[in-house]
Amino acid sequence: MKIDRRSFLAFGVGGAVGTAITPLPWKLMDDSSIWSQNWPWTPVPLDGAINYQPSVCTLCKGGCGINVRKIDDRPVKIEGLKANPINKGGICLLGLSGLQLLYGEDNRVKSPLKRVGKRGSGKFKKISWQQAITEMVEKLGAIRLKAQSHTLACISETELGTTASLIGRFMTAFGSKNYIRTPSFLDSLEAAILKTTGTSAAQVAFDFENSDYILSFGSGLLEGWGSPVRMFMANSALEDKKGTLAQAEPRLSNTAAKADKWLPVNPGTEADLAFSMCAVIIQKALYNTNFTAAATGLEGFKSFVTANYAPEKIAKSTGIKAEVITRIATSFAKAKNPVAVCGKGSGDTPGSLKESLAIVCLNALVGNINKKGGLWLTSEPDYIKWPEFINDDASTAGLQKNRIDSAQSGKYKDTRFLLNNFADAVLDDYEYPVNALMVYRANPMYTMPDSEKVKKAFEKIPFVMSFSSYMDETALYSDLILPDHVFLERYEDIPFASGYTKPYIGLARPVVDPLFDTMNTGDVIIQIAKRISNSIAGAFPWKDYETCLKETLGSMWAQLESQGFMTDQSYTPPSTVNFTFPDKIADAPAIEGDRGKYLLTLVPVDSIRINCGYIANPPFATKTVDDTVLFENDILVEINPATAKSLGLRDRKKAVLETPKGKASVRVFITDGIMPGVVGMPKGLGHFGYDSYIADKGVNVNALIGSLEDPETGLDAAWGIRAKLSPA
Amino acid sequence: MKDFHEKKYGMVIDLDKCTGCGSCMVACMSENNVPFKEDETKKRLSITWMKVYKFTNGKSFPETEVCYLPRPCMHCEGHGGHSPCVSVCPATATDYSTETGIVSQIYTRCFGCRYCMGACPYHARYFNWWDPVWPKGMEKQLSPNVSPRMRGIVEKCSFCYHRLQLAKEKAYSEGRREVRENEYQTSCTQGCPAGAITFGDLINPKHEVYKLKKDQNAFRLLERLGTNPKVYYISSREWVRRAGDNYLAHEKTGKKQNH
Repeated sequence: MKIDRRSFLAFGVGGAVGTAITPLPWKLMDDSSIWSQNWPWTPVPLDGAINYQPSVCTLCKGGCGINVRKIDDRPVKIEGLKANPINKGGICLLGLSGLQLLYGEDNRVKSPLKRVGKRGSGKFKKISWQQAITEMVEKLGAIRLKAQSHTLACISETELGTTASLIGRFMTAFGSKNYIRTPSFLDSLEAAILKTTGTSAAQVAFDFENSDYILSFGSGLLEGWGSPVRMFMANSALEDKKGTLAQAEPRLSNTAAKADKWLPVNPGTEADLAFSMCAVIIQKALYNTNFTAAATGLEGFKSFVTANYAPEKIAKSTGIKAEVITRIATSFAKAKNPVAVCGKGSGDTPGSLKESLAIVCLNALVGNINKKGGLWLTSEPDYIKWPEFINDDASTAGLQKNRIDSAQSGKYKDTRFLLNNFADAVLDDYEYPVNALMVYRANPMYTMPDSEKVKKAFEKIPFVMSFSSYMDETALYSDLILPDHVFLERYEDIPFASGYTKPYIGLARPVVDPLFDTMNTGDVIIQIAKRISNSIAGAFPWKDYETCLKETLGSMWAQLESQGFMTDQSYTPPSTVNFTFPDKIADAPAIEGDRGKYLLTLVPVDSIRINCGYIANPPFATKTVDDTVLFENDILVEINPATAKSLGLRDRKKAVLETPKGKASVRVFITDGIMPGVVGMPKGLGHFGYDSYIADKGVNVNALIGSLEDPETGLDAAWGIRAKLSPA
Repeated sequence: MKDFHEKKYGMVIDLDKCTGCGSCMVACMSENNVPFKEDETKKRLSITWMKVYKFTNGKSFPETEVCYLPRPCMHCEGHGGHSPCVSVCPATATDYSTETGIVSQIYTRCFGCRYCMGACPYHARYFNWWDPVWPKGMEKQLSPNVSPRMRGIVEKCSFCYHRLQLAKEKAYSEGRREVRENEYQTSCTQGCPAGAITFGDLINPKHEVYKLKKDQNAFRLLERLGTNPKVYYISSREWVRRAGDNYLAHEKTGKKQNH
């Protein structure tokens, strides 16, 4: 066939028309889109019968009841338990994300691990439980043989409940007093209560539900303080009854945003502000005479506060005008059921005794201690009654040594735990070295201030072991990890909900069989104890943890097992309190850092959306974090526009933040919700343990701040540090 | 005029109670198999059916005030069911139900043209630019009641429609035709620890939302666009109501009595 121009064009046009008419390309396009939407890796969740199992959440100290929805045996969602008196069906976002902490394989420690690489390198080898326990027995046995029982230390989030008590008992039987609990604002309040009422180891609670005026000195009541869900509900109840919330804090936190009155107080002067309010109440004779008549020391307190804390005198240093101080103090005193509260942020820093005393005195002046809507003194639950045991010579000798953290003796004899002294004690060999450290439900490498120092201290301890379920920072720095079940896989009694007024015991139950080769820490302790020495074994008569737990809970077990909790909602505290007003108050240590060199004050910013405790924030929770807090992997620090202008910083741009403790690269977020001269730095970011969904996001604020010893209690009184910020 | 809906599910959110805690967001994500990535800080790419916005009164320190506003899909009725997204969807992947007032999203019909996203004035719709990937082990959390989505389609809040289906099944099996108010609640409503969200049938006088939507301080977002949304907000603060963008500078906020 001859191909001329005409036939060539005809063929071309014909071809084009033909292609357009044929359904082939459209069909192919359609098919490929359908096919590509049906890629087999889009999961199809397995179906099954929906069932619910109640339990208790242990991700924070809130003690909330949860109801776990399962498809056959597979948990798919955590919801709040309606029947539970604390959270009444409500739930926070951490609890809602809880399944990610169960299922996230890359974060879980899936079997006992022994370190093979350098500390912190993350190189471990899998070992069997048999081996792991033998390893522990040998290490600890060797320490005892050398008559160094006292050089074993343990750091834990709690000293309450059966597992913690088993560890405590083990420490005592072993011959060490060094069981150190991580700090909380309740420690400092406990000291203030001891000083004013003589009651030791009091659990301080706040009857928010019945209060109509909440005056908070920096407490992140809606930021994770206390039992968070209870606090959200209390805030709504306050809203319903048109009560008042006044928040003194340098930053417009969620709590300040919901408050009826935000008092932007200069950081570090909260106690002065509170005493100043005491002065107003005294001057205007607004105090509750029934209460003060029964109390002692009012005259001395009167002259002390009026001489030192008159509003006019305090206005300048606190940054709150005298008339505002007077107005707030007056309305507080005139409210029917006012309550003052302290414990900054989410409450994991004790704060100074001065601050705690100030709020205890405020509450005393309005006569609400142990009254409806006020501050309550409750006691620790005492259902754990185990038989006495006999210590052998090695443990008796060990128990005669002072604690490594200087608590419970000498200057700080009334303070129970001083974790803030631990790193120094290790590094400076206070009285003796720490030869072994056990870490249970804590992540000191991450949560303790001055991370660099903590890391050095850890490096100096010859043997560190962790019971962590997760590959957190402390686990990474351990020599041995004996992973506990996570909260959905084990039985556990929770005898306490932070700041809650009524007696309460919750029982967390296994809602799923352990996913990995983990073991309940209670069982591990019992097994180790049985093998180290006969005398220690004698202190642990139980076959296993579950037997011990059932025996310990005794007649309560049946109800706890069926209902998930026990409570006495009719409880009221004893109405008479022997209160003594203090007549002098030691000053709290000044914020660390040279004011000339560091022009700004850095304060940590707690948020309910970022868990800053020993458990890292799961991906769902991190997903809710604003891009003004975290952008890509950069942390944003908040500053006022005036601060930004004076330092030449631009919104969302990079900057260098420096404190006496360290330096970090950050971005700045310019906002009117923070006072000039203050830098707000989100807490709970900057993990280096865990997987890529959690790690390397932002900077850990604990690396930039230090701790300050309160002169009377020895507790960490620091909240923030001096800092400087410069454009990158 | 009688409403043409059989049921008209909607929400009233009390902004005075909302603390911005974010529980509703996670309650939604964990209920509806919403995926997550390593980096979720680029918010336009971050799938959040329920999103809590934070906004201020624009005043400088210390007069600054902050308000949080949870934003689910508004399930707009428009006029006679002509919601903005439904009107533009060429695939009938999103539809308006006169039985429930719920704007549906049928993932397998959606071919990802994203017209609906352009039409939605509330940014309530999200596009799956990638196939979802669950980190190792985490796909075990997926609920069989909601299909996981795939790359190339749009998704949004469904008012937890699967919960209505389950509640209906339960009611029918018990010989009832009516689903009780407490039997059908969205995950965010149930999860909100502040009790700020109320959900129910807006045209049923027995339901809580029926009363709450008539609150003096109730408003809807961008009401004047004619989207006729089913999510109401309550705020005692004037500047917050004004931020709902329904008022000219000289107009008073709050509900008109004859409305």
